Amino acid sequence: MPDTHTAHALELEIPYTVGHRADTGLYNGKLGIWLFLASEVMLFGALFSSLILLRTSAPLWPRGWEELNVPLATVNTMVLIISSVTVVLAWANLRLGNFARGRLFIAATLVCGLAFMVIKGFEYAHKFELHHYPSTNNFFATYFLLTGLHGLHVVGGMVVFLYFLTFGSRMWHRDRDRFTNRIEIVGLYWHFVDLVWIFLFPTLYLL
Amino acid sequence: MTEQPQNRDLPQGAQADAARAGLLRDEGGHHLPWIRRYVFSTDHKWIGIQYGFTALLFLLLGFSLMLMMRLQLGWPGRAFALLKMVLGEGRAPGGVLLPETYNQLGAMHGTIMVFLGIVPLAVGAFGNYLVPLQIGAPDMAFPKLNMASYWFYFAGGMIMLASFAAPGGAAASGWTSYAPLSVIATQGQTWWLVGMLFLITSSLLGSINFLVTIIQLRAPGMNFMRMPFFVWAQFVTSFLLLLAFPPLEAGAIMQFMDRVWHTSFFIPGPLVITGEVVNFGGGGNALLWQHLFWFLGHPEVYVLILPAMGIVSEVIANNTRKPLWGYRWLVGSAVFLGFMSFVVWAHHMFLTGMGTMISSFFQTTTMIISIPSVIILTVLFVSLWGGSIRFTTPMLFALAFLPMFGLGGLTGLPLGLATADLHLHDTYYVIGHFHYIVAPGTIFALFAGIYYWFPKITGRKLNDVLGRIHFFGSFIFINGIFFPMFIQGLAGVSRRLYDGGIQYAHAKVVAERTNPFMSISAWCLLAVQLPFIINFFWNAIAAARGRKNVGDNPWDATTLEWAATTSPPLAHGNFTVIPVVQRGPYEYSSPECTDTDFLPQHANTAGNPPAGGGMLPTHAVARSES
Repeated sequence: MPDTHTAHALELEIPYTVGHRADTGLYNGKLGIWLFLASEVMLFGALFSSLILLRTSAPLWPRGWEELNVPLATVNTMVLIISSVTVVLAWANLRLGNFARGRLFIAATLVCGLAFMVIKGFEYAHKFELHHYPSTNNFFATYFLLTGLHGLHVVGGMVVFLYFLTFGSRMWHRDRDRFTNRIEIVGLYWHFVDLVWIFLFPTLYLL
Repeated sequence: MTEQPQNRDLPQGAQADAARAGLLRDEGGHHLPWIRRYVFSTDHKWIGIQYGFTALLFLLLGFSLMLMMRLQLGWPGRAFALLKMVLGEGRAPGGVLLPETYNQLGAMHGTIMVFLGIVPLAVGAFGNYLVPLQIGAPDMAFPKLNMASYWFYFAGGMIMLASFAAPGGAAASGWTSYAPLSVIATQGQTWWLVGMLFLITSSLLGSINFLVTIIQLRAPGMNFMRMPFFVWAQFVTSFLLLLAFPPLEAGAIMQFMDRVWHTSFFIPGPLVITGEVVNFGGGGNALLWQHLFWFLGHPEVYVLILPAMGIVSEVIANNTRKPLWGYRWLVGSAVFLGFMSFVVWAHHMFLTGMGTMISSFFQTTTMIISIPSVIILTVLFVSLWGGSIRFTTPMLFALAFLPMFGLGGLTGLPLGLATADLHLHDTYYVIGHFHYIVAPGTIFALFAGIYYWFPKITGRKLNDVLGRIHFFGSFIFINGIFFPMFIQGLAGVSRRLYDGGIQYAHAKVVAERTNPFMSISAWCLLAVQLPFIINFFWNAIAAARGRKNVGDNPWDATTLEWAATTSPPLAHGNFTVIPVVQRGPYEYSSPECTDTDFLPQHANTAGNPPAGGGMLPTHAVARSES
């Protein structure tokens, strides 16, 4: 193991910010995001468990498709799946050194996120028109809680993509590998946000 | 950031890091403006000190809240000019504490002590300062996240403090915030929830940082089984924080929605509150909150105790001058404890009627989790055997930790058995039990840590005479507070009683005989903290003026933070040369030792030239005598 360590010139610097450590095969940021996602699994796991508990103990619980708009949600599912593909393409192009195409795919991912939120906005607006609020009943309470929290995660991802399209993109010219790593990290997060939706969609809309 | 040259042709890995080293130094050097060095610092050592100061202040504050409650408990209904002065006419008319105020003080005492005092001190302060030094890392893996973690904690603490000024006062539904009481409580509860969200964010950022640091930044040769036990304790603790807090976060968001948007996650149906029917949509489940709370709450107990065990292990190994007996058992037990702590939470809920099957399951897991705790305590006790014990001030606190934690742990067994818990639940017995674990247990260990590592942080040893007054006084009076709680609890005195129980025939006699004594003990405990406060600030100020009075390794310790760097450590980067670790952490009195009785982790044995940051033992002797 000692020989994997770097030369004396950099011993004051934090190692493995970009390059991977031999025995773990990871750079710091990647391990960090995986650990963060583990905590996110616990967060959404707790919410899903709460939903199951509330639903199983309720005498009456509407079927998802009776109250919610399944076609819109299906479109949204597609939008998110496409965005998962574009974010991988962004990372792959950056790995190949193609900054222009990488940026294009980051922008595409951002547009997908925006489309998702706009569609979600129409859905919410329709619910409010029908006077369906979180306080209406626990079905809508869990619906707004879970989709709302997921929506916040989407917005969080969009903010990060926007940053890498604008101010954050300067890093490419300075430190290409590090910039590519950052896109990989936000990509992992984005996949997780998609995955949450893949669980939310059937649980809320189809069951 | 300054303009940096292009280095687009560098390959991934070490060389890219090397190129960056020179660049980022500009940020980390001494040319930083004052605010970046002392307020928004990214240096793990300074963040550790920030955490330490803030947490100690919160500990004192949490203790003060309890001192006011103890006045009411010891002498119910009596007027105290002090209460009127501190709390004002609105909260203590004529100097008599109002019941509502008593509830606020109780809820906030628990919240402040656990979330703002002990955990930030044990993890935020000790962990931050020591983990990178003990594993031979230049800093934490994510210095900016580390800074953010502190400031989220600070903001959360300020929100909690500000909640005292909210209409109706601070949160008053206990530190557990059980629904539906907490849902119908005054506005302070909303502040509590928002404050908790900040604290949860802080601990998530912190725990990710610790885990990545320990996994990625260990110095060459520092494999997992060569890590000091303190680092192992922080490692397991970070996993607990990472995975146990999110369910409470979910619960806090749901309770927030119940309170602000009138959902009914935790409300089963319409409630009658002081004679009036309050309509909720209903259909919720009050037990759900308890499950979400205790899913955090129980691992949190191990978050409180594991770093303490880590500190005690370091102090005991150093002061017995022999290796810890059963290091592998210690590590294995800590890891097992971490896993098991996720499946015992509902033993806090035996009385809720969740069903005998579930009770039996959690009773079984609770009995199982006592095994690793007993192993850890046994390892530490056996480690004393045959050692040439140095009764230094940190060692006194560490030695006191052992029986005190033992008493706290053993009194927990009856609570883990559902049948016995029916009688003891929600009595002062429970309060006595967990306070023995966190007060003369964890807090004593934290004091041991402060006395032990103070020379590391400042270059000065704390005064031993004042330290002994602090120790013996604290040891006597803390038992004076908590031991009578067992007697009260067994007699059936409920906790959370505004008058300490005198309104109940069965509790009156025991409460009247013990409560004044306990309250006097509590105030005496405050008095014996004064020598510590004087000692601490006197030496901290002297150190700030550059007056050192000890060498780099005053305790003749083996671990890297003492043996491989200066006291105090270098401002940035910690080590002049990253040490190469040669052996385990506790090589005291080894036959390989020649001139000294200890072998630093990175030192080559005599005869071989030092490699890496290697320092010969003889060198260390010269330093310790200077």
